[in-house]
Amino acid sequence: MTPMTVLDERSRHLRRLVIDALKGGGRGHLGSSMSMVEILRVLYDDVLRYRPTDPLWAERDRFILSKGHGCLALYALLADKGFFPIDELLGFCRPESRLGGHPERGKVPGVEASTGALGHGLPIGVGIAIALRIKHSRARVVVLTGDGEINEGSNWEAAMSAAKHRLSNLTVLVDYNKLQSYGPTSEVLDLEPLTDKWRAFGFAVKEVDGHDVQQLKVALASLPFEASRPSAIICHTIKGKGFPFAEGNPEWHHKSGLTETDIHAMYDCLK
Amino acid sequence: MRKAALDCVHELSQSDDRVVFIGSDLGPGVLSKMRAESPERWFMEGVSEQHVIGMAAGLAMEGFIPYVNTIATFLTRRCFEQVAVDLCLHDLPVRLIANGGGGVYAPLGPTHLAIEDISIMRSLPNMTVIAPCDADEMRRLMAVTPDWPHPIYIRLAKGGDPIVSEAKNGFSIGRSITMRGGSDGLFVTTGVMTQVALESAYLLAKEGLQIAVQHVHTVKPMDEEGLLPAIARVRAVVTVEEGIVNGGLGSAILELCSTRDPCSLSKIHRLGIPDVFPKRYGSQQTLLDEWGLTVSGLVTAMRNRIRNGVPDE
Repeated sequence: MTPMTVLDERSRHLRRLVIDALKGGGRGHLGSSMSMVEILRVLYDDVLRYRPTDPLWAERDRFILSKGHGCLALYALLADKGFFPIDELLGFCRPESRLGGHPERGKVPGVEASTGALGHGLPIGVGIAIALRIKHSRARVVVLTGDGEINEGSNWEAAMSAAKHRLSNLTVLVDYNKLQSYGPTSEVLDLEPLTDKWRAFGFAVKEVDGHDVQQLKVALASLPFEASRPSAIICHTIKGKGFPFAEGNPEWHHKSGLTETDIHAMYDCLK
Repeated sequence: MRKAALDCVHELSQSDDRVVFIGSDLGPGVLSKMRAESPERWFMEGVSEQHVIGMAAGLAMEGFIPYVNTIATFLTRRCFEQVAVDLCLHDLPVRLIANGGGGVYAPLGPTHLAIEDISIMRSLPNMTVIAPCDADEMRRLMAVTPDWPHPIYIRLAKGGDPIVSEAKNGFSIGRSITMRGGSDGLFVTTGVMTQVALESAYLLAKEGLQIAVQHVHTVKPMDEEGLLPAIARVRAVVTVEEGIVNGGLGSAILELCSTRDPCSLSKIHRLGIPDVFPKRYGSQQTLLDEWGLTVSGLVTAMRNRIRNGVPDE
């Protein structure tokens, strides 16, 4: 499955917000953020229940960005939805900002867990899902992981637990852009057969083009996929989506020292 | 001590709906009554400590108070990043009940010996580190755990430890307890080394040396205001811990004095586990003998420190 989706104005707008933050910080995980923009867009536009002015609303759905290095995209969505002023994006990574290079709970409204170290989001998500069930809450838990991230064994410990506890209120989304920091996931530590793996760990699994808004909407609207299993969606994506020089290029996993020329080139891609 | 701790978890779960229990892969029947009474708040998660800590964090984020129990090394070494990030960075009220502090698992070898647990837990911001000296004190500690707002590392000893704590002293997290007065020297102790120090002080009294014993059940946050005057009024201080000397109780005392009472530094000597992995098996006592964490070891260290200014020659 190769995502070939053309980006519409909403997707381009959100990417411009990411670039605003990149410009402010002069650095950031561009590739890792751009692969997940449509996933977050659909979650926040169509799926998750939340109140931007009451970020700790008890009945909100809990979204955990386990691949914390993709926080530029999360910040863009949270700002777009009004969790904090959109101008704050320009302060990304600056000393006085609450928007750091990885997201922190308690600092950024709408951020459920401090992530960045990989393999933490799913175990925390399992705990929250169990807690919500004890409390008879209808709220759901959605965890977005990277693909390189699921090299970490802690994810698979948590996956076994999620299946054991039949956590149908828990969904894992895998941003499967096929590139981790060093290079292709198939070379660094092959994840395949990834769908079968999640099934074997007790999840009900679907695969989608992670840049196809309609496919994402349809899949996420049908959660949980089974009444007594956790759900997983393998989102096939392109690292750096929307930026030809960065697409599929591990050199753009993270960039620092971004110049005005770099930033202009990025904005130009979105015209 | 472990039985007392788990009995308390059960009792707390009966009166406080926030209390949940998570074990990794403990022995059969652990907290079976709680399991029967509150199955939705009792979990046995398997050999998956990284996940267990994250799961506990998630529960705590939602208002629950998870009590997590397994062997000390697996609660510290195995999942250190999870403890640091999931519990301490989020500053969540999760309680880690750690079996077998120090040399308890001597026959099982160095993979199971929690020699540096106090040191590494102490290094984490927001973490509270407590080593009770006996089962009675464990009960008093557990009674105050539900409302402590930070993560707690609770170090268990072997069990069957002589009861030396007294109800009249109460229990406040972060406040040390004067177990015995004395003007010549001071043992500063934690965990079951308090019993060894009390016996040592009794023997030294027969030699005419009046030795105080200050029991520091809470290694972090340190009871600075209680310890500084106790240290200032004696000629010699010997810190005693069944833990590695790098970064533990003794180091904490040195750090305290280096900033608050530098003149006292030269009278402080640390007794603990040396900076090597234990090579022998046997029993806990085998290792305590080797480490000098015995009545004779403490008596010699204190006597020499007072009389000669050197600890153990």
